[in-house]
Amino acid sequence: MEQVSKTFEKLGGVNLLPIILAAVAFMLIGAPSSWVTLTVAGLAMGMMVFLMASGLSLVFGLMDVLNFGHSAFVSFGAFIAATVLGGLSGWLASDSIALNSLALAVAYAAAILFGLVAGWFFETVIIRPVYRDHLRQILITMGAMIVAEQTILAFWGGTPYSVPRPHFLEGSWIIGDVSIEIYRGFAFALGAVAFAGLYLLLNRTRIGLLIRAGVEDREMVESLGFRVDRLFIGVFMLGSALAALGGAMWAGYETLITPALGAEMMIIVFIVVIIGGLGSIEGTLLGAILVGLMSNYLGFLAPKMALASNMILMVAILLWRPNGLRPAVK
Amino acid sequence: MSLLSLNNVKTNIGQYAVLHDVTFTVEEGGVFVLLGRNGAGKTTTLRSIMGLWKPSPGSISFRGQDITGLHTADIARLGIAYVPENMGIFGTLTVDENLILATASGRIDPDRLKWVHGLFPALEKFRDKQAWSLSGGQKQMLSVARAIIEPRDLILIDEPTKGLAPSIVDAMGEAFREIAETSTILLVEQNFRFAKSLGRDMAVIDDGQVVHAGSMADFAANQELQDKLLGLSM
Repeated sequence: MEQVSKTFEKLGGVNLLPIILAAVAFMLIGAPSSWVTLTVAGLAMGMMVFLMASGLSLVFGLMDVLNFGHSAFVSFGAFIAATVLGGLSGWLASDSIALNSLALAVAYAAAILFGLVAGWFFETVIIRPVYRDHLRQILITMGAMIVAEQTILAFWGGTPYSVPRPHFLEGSWIIGDVSIEIYRGFAFALGAVAFAGLYLLLNRTRIGLLIRAGVEDREMVESLGFRVDRLFIGVFMLGSALAALGGAMWAGYETLITPALGAEMMIIVFIVVIIGGLGSIEGTLLGAILVGLMSNYLGFLAPKMALASNMILMVAILLWRPNGLRPAVK
Repeated sequence: MSLLSLNNVKTNIGQYAVLHDVTFTVEEGGVFVLLGRNGAGKTTTLRSIMGLWKPSPGSISFRGQDITGLHTADIARLGIAYVPENMGIFGTLTVDENLILATASGRIDPDRLKWVHGLFPALEKFRDKQAWSLSGGQKQMLSVARAIIEPRDLILIDEPTKGLAPSIVDAMGEAFREIAETSTILLVEQNFRFAKSLGRDMAVIDDGQVVHAGSMADFAANQELQDKLLGLSM
């Protein structure tokens, strides 16, 4: 058994899990074209969930804050981006890819900007008074989530809100029998760029070094002369901005959104953070991809099981690795 | 002027009063040893100096400046380093990253690094290894190395020999002697033989109070006092 474990670790360890899952699904699905479509859909979903979850994982790991209000950033990001895209519908309908891209960039920038400002406000006014008090954190952040949802309801109404897509992201690429929705490919690529940026920030910069160290031992970082509380604000703002960007991308993916979007996504986001390992960006990506693939494969193979798929995945992983796949602290 | 002074320091942890009345003075240079039984309040004293637990009331001054109530990071920036009992190593960072993190500028002075590697050769060998993979002794070396990677006036070290092999304890002692030539060490230690070989001055803390302070040479020569204050003959 030990030999099997060593060989598994040598081959890539837990990083192999998405490949193993995809291989098993390939055998069960049978049709290669369906498998490719589902795999791309799973990867795209995984990347968007990663964006929403990465900030929560860092906030959870570094600040020990259970922020149920994280979903508010996802929801607001989605609605703000949808509103901006609606306002720029002329650019979206244009045949010019430049105008299409510009409209999308403005919408995402608006969502990110909102995430940064709202993150600063949320950390300063709501989170700071309840540091180190998990019960109050849960109560106050749940309250903030409800207030955010009702605010969206007041501004945008309760009926599903339509999200226009840029012209160049409509339709599918057809390669042989395989059909790949362009938006999914785009979401995967953008998520990969965001991951690369986050990875470089955490692993190649001094700020990243401080964040990684702070996740492990906040007191020791302070004993070395660094104000972790100031670092917290930056991490919280970054996490909120990423969640808002994830929400904005999810809005384009769903094309019809409701105020409950964030709260619905939070269940998946928490599962991803838990199975990935707290405070670990690589773990969050791994967890998000596994959740994305599992949802799509099971949705095809056993639709009745799809709703339970993420819970089953979480239970299986936590039984195997109680601290998650790639916890930040060893 | 003394380097460090604690005056009537009282520290509560939650509802429990751990330090009742801690008063002692550390002069510049050499090794000052804080002795005492388990649970006497030695670690709490170091944590109170670092601002990790706030004394109330009482005052702590460093080079004449009152540091009571200052943020831990601001205390550290005054030139005080801390080596906690659990070593406080960042396991997922490499040995070099642990050291870089302890520098103000993010760059290690090559001459200083050479000196540190001279004190702890194992760290040079494992520079790119993640710190969690080091042995207990190597982790302790890294924890001390991190405290001295830049010049500090005062280094607080909490039970550095706990659980270490005798050969590593000897090497640690040699390193402390060399470090004490340029910095002052405030050492919490239960291994009296080790403490005796290093200390110039000392204090004994019991039940949250300083019950004796003086020179280590006098204390080491007084077996009766050792038996009375430390509870066993060492």
